[in-house]
Amino acid sequence: MSVAAAIRARDPAELPGKRDEDWRWTDLRGLVREVPAPSAPLDPATLRPGSFDALADEVVVVANGGEARIAVNAGGSRTVALRIVSRGAGAHAGRVSVSVALGGRLTLLESYEGEGAYLAHTALAFEIAEGAAVERIVLADDDAEGVSVSQAEVRLEPGADFAQTVLTGGARRQRLETVVHHPGGHAELRLDGAYLLADRRHADLTTVVTHEAVDGTTEQLTKGVVRDQARGVFQGRIVVAQGADRTDARMGHHALILSDRAEVDAKPELLIYADDVSCAHGNTVGALDEDALFYARQRGIPEPDARAMLTEAFVGEVVERIGHDGARELAAAWVSERLRGA
Amino acid sequence: MLSVKNLHAAVDGKEILKGLSLDVPAGEVHAIMGPNGAGKSTLSYVLTGREGYEVTQGSATLDGDDLLALAPNERAAKGVFLSFQYPLEIPGVPALTFIRTALNAQRKARGEPEVTAPEFLRLAKTKAAELKIDFDMLKRALNVGFSGGEKKRMEILQMAMLSPRFLILDETDSGLDIDALRIVADGVNALRSPDRAMLVITHYQRLLDYIKPDRVHVLSAGRIVASGGPELALELEREGYDKYARAA
Repeated sequence: MSVAAAIRARDPAELPGKRDEDWRWTDLRGLVREVPAPSAPLDPATLRPGSFDALADEVVVVANGGEARIAVNAGGSRTVALRIVSRGAGAHAGRVSVSVALGGRLTLLESYEGEGAYLAHTALAFEIAEGAAVERIVLADDDAEGVSVSQAEVRLEPGADFAQTVLTGGARRQRLETVVHHPGGHAELRLDGAYLLADRRHADLTTVVTHEAVDGTTEQLTKGVVRDQARGVFQGRIVVAQGADRTDARMGHHALILSDRAEVDAKPELLIYADDVSCAHGNTVGALDEDALFYARQRGIPEPDARAMLTEAFVGEVVERIGHDGARELAAAWVSERLRGA
Repeated sequence: MLSVKNLHAAVDGKEILKGLSLDVPAGEVHAIMGPNGAGKSTLSYVLTGREGYEVTQGSATLDGDDLLALAPNERAAKGVFLSFQYPLEIPGVPALTFIRTALNAQRKARGEPEVTAPEFLRLAKTKAAELKIDFDMLKRALNVGFSGGEKKRMEILQMAMLSPRFLILDETDSGLDIDALRIVADGVNALRSPDRAMLVITHYQRLLDYIKPDRVHVLSAGRIVASGGPELALELEREGYDKYARAA
């Protein structure tokens, strides 16, 4: 049962659907009645430059499917822009492997750039060695008609750092999933995200973190803003395995619903099988604070600007945690444009 | 300047203001005193246009312009400023950003050019120093984690920077110790001028030792039931609101 298999076999029965517990809010089987024909090949040379290109040492493009490999040698340091591009109404699957050797550093600036009514799947595999550090920043600009699933599996070694920020505007249906095998051993994990959804767009940010041994930390902050008839999904699961003592895990998910017909579904889960752990989660879903809104208007700020300012500030907390300066500025501009343009 | 005539207003269908009339000419400071529940805060919210405060009768004008027909931000651009009894916390928005956004929005509404960043910073530094506010505090999210006194000082700072023409101070002394009260009062008094007017809403006389009013009005059960000079405030302090509550 997987999206990649469904695309390969052109068999919609292979798609996950609402009967699968982890997919019940992102039903693909009910949506995609027929798997489209394979997408036509796309020549990366015909694409406009990507938004992250100027910040990167190297640009890697996966266009309408295909494979790519990104590697950082021991002690090396690189900034790579990874562009996952979808064009047209076909189906395609891509695979990306990322490895960072001992003590290496990688900033991965990953963008999803879609135009059309495609069905796309991307599988990413990260292998992060001891003492290595990765910051992954994902900007997902899928098409309102596109269906896109990205699944990343991250294997950390002790002492590794992995920090991630996913920003998305959603798609017809979209899931950005991150599964992390956390070895403890002072490895540090940050998994942040923000979904800003309008019209009938859908986005699903799903994360699964398994703490497998002692002394691991996880910090997670996800924020969402939904309006119109959009739907945001957050599923965050943190598993602390037996014996993974002194794990410190914190998860927060906070969403603003800006219209009566928008929807947010959230499932934060902490599954703790160890004794000596510090774990917490917070989850809130609500409207914009009307008192704060009046306060801003009393000071002279017109209502649409006041709403945008307060909403931007709400999402800003996620953006501010991005470590890479250039990416943070780009992310802030992207958020601002999304919120003020909508 | 401000002219309120026979104002009736309701919250959740319950009438709170019941025919309130009040004139505050330019250059004057008027105090509104009254027992809890008299409608003091309701008056401040009705004048500034808060949602949920429904005007059922009467008028309120500023220099002849119908305030009640304007959106809250339009009233602000006309120069109406409310110092909140409980200033709101604005997470994620640094105080400087908030004030600059407000100032430029007001200027834009009045057809004036925006202030430049250096001009703005200079103004902020000067005013913060006058109010003994640490400038670094202005880089923090507005009012988030500030003490009651700090929030009130931040209100006066905004007032000083936005330079409004009609000021409403709603229980500005609550939460202030005596030193903070003096700083706040100095800040307010510095804004007294022939082309400005102020409405000082307070339960206690204490604030009026520092911000001396030209006129004092007693608000009880939604109406002004007595008006007089500063001596009226002292009388209220001595004798309480009982006789006015009965009169209402």
